[in-house]
Amino acid sequence: MKRVGALALRRLAQSVPVLLIILVGLFLLLQLAPGDTVDALLAQMGGGDAAVAARLRQDYGLDVSVPVQLGRYLVRLLSFDLGMSAIYGKPVASVIFERLSVTALFMSCALAFAFSAGLVLGVVAARRVNGWPDTLISTLGLVFYAIPSFWLGLMLIVLFSVKLAWLPPGGFESIGEGLTGLAHVLDVARHLVLPILSLSLIFLAIYLRLMRASMLEVMTLDFVRTARAKGLSEGHVLRRHVLRNALLPMVTFVGLQFSTMLGGSVVVESVFSLPGLGRLAFESVVQRDLNTLLGIVLVSAVLVIVVNFIVDLLYAKLDPRIVAR
Amino acid sequence: MTVHHAGPGAPLLALRTLSVRLPKGADREFALRDVSLQVAAGEIVCVVGESGSGKSLTAMAILGLLPGRVTLAGGAIELEGEDLAALPPARLRGIRGARIGMVFQEPMTALNPLMPVGRQVEEMLEEHTDQPRPQRLARVLELLAEVGIPDPVAAARAFPHELSGGQRQRAMIAMALALEPRLLIADEPTTALDVTTQARILALVKDIQRRRGTGVLFITHDFGVVAEIADRVVVMQHGQVVETGPAQQVLHAPQHAYTQALIAAVPPLAPPTRPAAPPGPPVLAVQGLRKTYRSGGVLARKRVVEAVRGVDFTLHQGETLGIVGESGSGKSTVARMLVRLLAADAGSIHLQGEDLLALNNSDFRARTARIQMVFQDPFASLNPRRRVGEIIAQGLRVHGTPRAEAEARVAEMLALVGLDPGAIRRFPHEFSGGQRQRIGLARALAMQPSVLVADEPVSALDVSVQAQVLRLLAEAKQRMALSLVFITHDLRVAAQVCDRILVMQRGLVVEAGATATLFAAPRHPYTQALLASVPGRGWEPGAGATPPARAE
Amino acid sequence: MSPALRAFLRSPAGILGVALLVLVLVAAASADWFFPRDPLSLAGRPLQWPGQNPRLLLGTDNLGRDIAGFICHGARVSLLIGLVATVVAVGLGTLVGAIAGFYGGWVDDALMRVTEAFQTVPNFILLLVLVAVFGSELEVITIAIGLVGWTAPCRLVRAEFMSLRTREYVLAARGLGVRDAGLIFREILPNALPPVIVYASVVMAVAILMESALAFLGLSDPNIASWGNMIGAGRSVLRTEWYVSAIPGVAILVTVLAFSLVGQGLNDALNPRLQAV
Repeated sequence: MKRVGALALRRLAQSVPVLLIILVGLFLLLQLAPGDTVDALLAQMGGGDAAVAARLRQDYGLDVSVPVQLGRYLVRLLSFDLGMSAIYGKPVASVIFERLSVTALFMSCALAFAFSAGLVLGVVAARRVNGWPDTLISTLGLVFYAIPSFWLGLMLIVLFSVKLAWLPPGGFESIGEGLTGLAHVLDVARHLVLPILSLSLIFLAIYLRLMRASMLEVMTLDFVRTARAKGLSEGHVLRRHVLRNALLPMVTFVGLQFSTMLGGSVVVESVFSLPGLGRLAFESVVQRDLNTLLGIVLVSAVLVIVVNFIVDLLYAKLDPRIVAR
Repeated sequence: MTVHHAGPGAPLLALRTLSVRLPKGADREFALRDVSLQVAAGEIVCVVGESGSGKSLTAMAILGLLPGRVTLAGGAIELEGEDLAALPPARLRGIRGARIGMVFQEPMTALNPLMPVGRQVEEMLEEHTDQPRPQRLARVLELLAEVGIPDPVAAARAFPHELSGGQRQRAMIAMALALEPRLLIADEPTTALDVTTQARILALVKDIQRRRGTGVLFITHDFGVVAEIADRVVVMQHGQVVETGPAQQVLHAPQHAYTQALIAAVPPLAPPTRPAAPPGPPVLAVQGLRKTYRSGGVLARKRVVEAVRGVDFTLHQGETLGIVGESGSGKSTVARMLVRLLAADAGSIHLQGEDLLALNNSDFRARTARIQMVFQDPFASLNPRRRVGEIIAQGLRVHGTPRAEAEARVAEMLALVGLDPGAIRRFPHEFSGGQRQRIGLARALAMQPSVLVADEPVSALDVSVQAQVLRLLAEAKQRMALSLVFITHDLRVAAQVCDRILVMQRGLVVEAGATATLFAAPRHPYTQALLASVPGRGWEPGAGATPPARAE
Repeated sequence: MSPALRAFLRSPAGILGVALLVLVLVAAASADWFFPRDPLSLAGRPLQWPGQNPRLLLGTDNLGRDIAGFICHGARVSLLIGLVATVVAVGLGTLVGAIAGFYGGWVDDALMRVTEAFQTVPNFILLLVLVAVFGSELEVITIAIGLVGWTAPCRLVRAEFMSLRTREYVLAARGLGVRDAGLIFREILPNALPPVIVYASVVMAVAILMESALAFLGLSDPNIASWGNMIGAGRSVLRTEWYVSAIPGVAILVTVLAFSLVGQGLNDALNPRLQAV
C-alpha cells in the first residue's frame, strides 16, 4: 500500500496551506469589520474614555501592528486556544467539544442515508432508463432538490409530531427519563429520524442524479461491451463491471458535498433544537459572539479536511490508476 | 439442447442476406444491406472497408450486441448450421464468449480498468464452465503464456493500465481464446498499436489460426494488414458487400471499381524515383534540441521523461523532411517545439538564420507567419464556434492585414485547397474529415509561411481521402515554394512524400538519410525492424489497379 | 430557429420549467399592480385561513400580513437576490477558473488552494460569518451569497479550460500568433460556456434556497418581504395555523424547481453528453 500511503502524505501536505489561507482570511475579515473587540466591549459597558480604550487595546494585544497581531493569532490557534465564549463564559474549545458528538452522529447518519438511498434509486433508474420507474425517480429527485430543508422539517413536524404524534418534534433525547442502553439508543434514533430526513433529502436527490448519470455513462464504455461479448449475464455485467466504475464519481462527491451538508445542519439543527454545532453557530451569530463563531468555522474546516482525506484514501483504494502525482 | 455439427466443407460461420436497420431519423435506412459472407474453419477472412462501411456493425450483429435502436431486419447468421438470429437472448449469451471469441480495437478501454487482468480472463471460465477456482487460475496463466506474455503471473495480477498496449491486446486475445472458440472475431485489433507491436500481434493471430484451426473474421481498414494475413477478403462499402474473393485475387486483380480505387489509394512502400535535384539553401537548422517532462514535487513521486534527447537536423529550401517513429519516440514533441507550442529545454532553431528560441514572446509572435503547423485531428483542429472564413483569416487579422485584403486571400486559399467559395460562411461541423483537413491547411497557407510543419496530417483520414490530401499538400508545396517537415508513423506515406527521413526512437535520431537509400538499405537495427514490420510489405498495391478518379 | 432552441423546446423538463418560471415572473411583475400596499403592513385580522376572507385570498399570518401579497412581493426579492448573487458567483468563478485552467502551473496551484479554502469552510457557516461581520442589509446579503457560491463554477470552468487549452484549434490559434487574452476570450471561453450556463441555474436555485434559509433564521434584511421570513414567523403558530409556514414554502419549491427544470432543459439542448449534477 505504498501508493496509497504516498497519496495520503501528499493530501495532508496540501491541506496545510488551505488551512492557513482560511485562518488568514478570517483574521483579515475581522480587520475589515467595522470596529474592533474593544469598541464592542466599550459599547457593552455603556461607553468609556480614550484612556480606558487604550488600556483595553493593550490588554487585548490590539496596540501592535497588524502582522504581529496575525502572528500572535496564528500561534494562539495552533495551541488550540480558541479564546473565550462571550455567551457561555467558557473557553470556546470546550463549548464546541460538548456539541461535536451530536453533530457527528447526525451528519454521519444523514450522509449514510443520502448516499445509500441515492445509490439504490440511481441504479434502479438507470436500469430502466426512460421507463416509468426512471421517470418517477427522476421526477422525485427534482422535487426533493427544490424543497428547502427547514420547511420540510416544519412540515414533517406538523405531520408526524402534531397530527400523528408518532415522533418527537425536537431535541436530541427525552430529558429527565434517565434512559440507558438500548432504550437510550432507540430514544435518540426516534429523535433523529425527522432531522435526518429533512437534511438528507436534498443530498439524496443529488446522489441519485449523479449515480444515474454515472451508470448511464459507464454503460456506454468499451469494457462493458467486452463484458457482454464474453457472454456474461446482465446481472454480472452490472455488478462486476458497471457498478464499481460508476461508484467512483459518487465517492468524489461525498467529499465535495460534506462541507455543504455541514452548512445545512445549521438550519436543520435550529428547526429541531438539536444541541449541535450548527445550532451553536446560529446562536453565536444572534448573540454576536464572534469568538465562538470563528471557532466553529475552524473546527468545521478541520472536519471537512479530515472527511476529504478519508474519501481520497477510499478513492485510491477503489481506483488502482490513482497515483501520487 | 441440440448440438449442430457442420458437415465437412460446410462453413463455420455464414451470413446470409443479413440486413440491419438504423433508427428513424438516421442518415440512411439500413446500416447493412443483404450482407452475405462465409468463414470456414482454419481460415482468416478479412472484412475491409472505410469508415461508415458497416464492417464493425457486422461483428456486433453476429454477437447479438447491436446498439440501442439498431435492429436486425432480415437474413440469417449461421454458426455451425445454427441460426443465431433466431435464438432467444439467453441462448445467445451462452454462445458469446464460449463459441465466438471477440477482440476489440482499443485494448485500454476494452478492459475494465478496476479489475486485474487475470480476473477478467478468469471470468470467462467462471461464466461458461464448472471448473473449480484453482483449475481456472492455472488455466488463466496457461492462456497468458500461450499468447506470449513474458511473465504471466505478474500480468494476471496487474491492472490494465500497468501493461503496455501490446500486452493488453495479448491479454484480450487470451480472454477471447479461453474457451477455445471455433470462431474468433477481431475488430481492428491492431489499429491502436505501433507498427512493430502490430506485426507481432498479427503473427500471433496467424499462429492461433494455424495451431488451433480457429476461423477468424478480421475487420480492418488497412489493405497492408489484409495482404499480411487474409486467406479471403470481403470488401464493404455503405453497408453492402461489393466484392469477395481469395486474397490473392482481390489484392492483385480487384474486380469492383471501389476496390480498385481503394487499392490504388494505398501508398506503395517503394519510394518513387526522384530527380536528384541539388539541395537548396538551408531554411531551418535545428541543433541540440532537448525536452524533458518533469512532474511531481514536494512529497510526490518524481517522474522524469526525457522526450527529446538532443536532435539535430537541417531542412533545405523546397525539401520535405520526414520524421518517422512510433509513439513515445518524441517526433510530435519536436514538431511542437519547432513552432514554440512547447518550450525547448535546450538547443537552437534557426529559421532563415534567426534563432527562434532566443526571441521573446512578442518578437516570436511577429514571426509566426513564417513557420506554420498543420494538425492531425480534423475534428479538434478547427474551433467549432467559428465560421470557416474567420478561421482561415484569423492569422492574417492578428498580424494586421486589412479586412478586404484578408478576405481576398481567404478566397484564394479556398480555391487552392479545392473548396467552394461559399464555405466561408459555414461552420466546421458541416464538412467531412478530409474537407476539414483542407481548411486547416488553408489556414496555415494563408500566412504564406516558408516552413510548414505537418504533424500526422493524414493519419485520421480514410485511405482514399488520405491520397487526396497528400496530393494537395504536394501541389501547395510546389506553388508556394514551401519547405516541409512531415511527421508520420506511417512508412508507406513517408516513402511517397519525403525527400529525406529521420528515424526517431526514444527521443533520439537513430538514422537519417535520403528516402530511397534508407528504404533500400537501412543501417540501424531499429529502422530495419520498422521496415520489416510494415504490414503487406511484399505486396505491390499499384499492380493491376486503375488509378482512382473519385472526388470527395 | 437555432438547433439549440429547438432541442430545448423538445425537452419536457425545459418547457415545464419555463412555464413555472413565467408563473413566478408574473407574480413578481404584478405585485405592485394587485397588491399596492406595503407587504409588511397589517392587512387584516391575524391568522385568517385561506379562503376564509374573499379579499385575502391566501389568508393572513400571525402578524396580520396578507399572505398572497407577501408571496408576490417575495418573488421579486427571491429573483433579484438570486440573479445578482448568481452573476457574482458565476462571474468570479469563471474569471478565476479561466486563469487557473489556462495558465496551469503555480498560478493554478495558488488559485486552487484559495478555492479549496472557500470550499472547506461550509458555505452556509461562511455566510453566517459574513452576515455577523458586515450586517444583514439586502446588498450585503446578496453579495455574500454570491461570494460563498463561486467555487463550483470556478472548478467547472477550470476543468473545461484545462481540457480545451490543449485542443488543436487552440494550439493552431497560438501558432498563428494570437495573444493569451485572445486565446482565453475568443477561442476557449465560448466553447467552455455551455456547461457553465447550465450550471448557473443550479447556482441560482442554491442562492434562492440560501437566502430563504437566512431569512428563516431571522438573519436576513428584516425590511424586505422574504419568503423564508414568513416561514420563520409561522413557526410560533405551527401546531394550529400551519398554513402560514406551508404557503411560502411552496412558493420557494416552485421557484427552485423552475430553475432546476430550466437547467435540465438547457443541459439537454446545449450539451447532450454532460449530465448536470
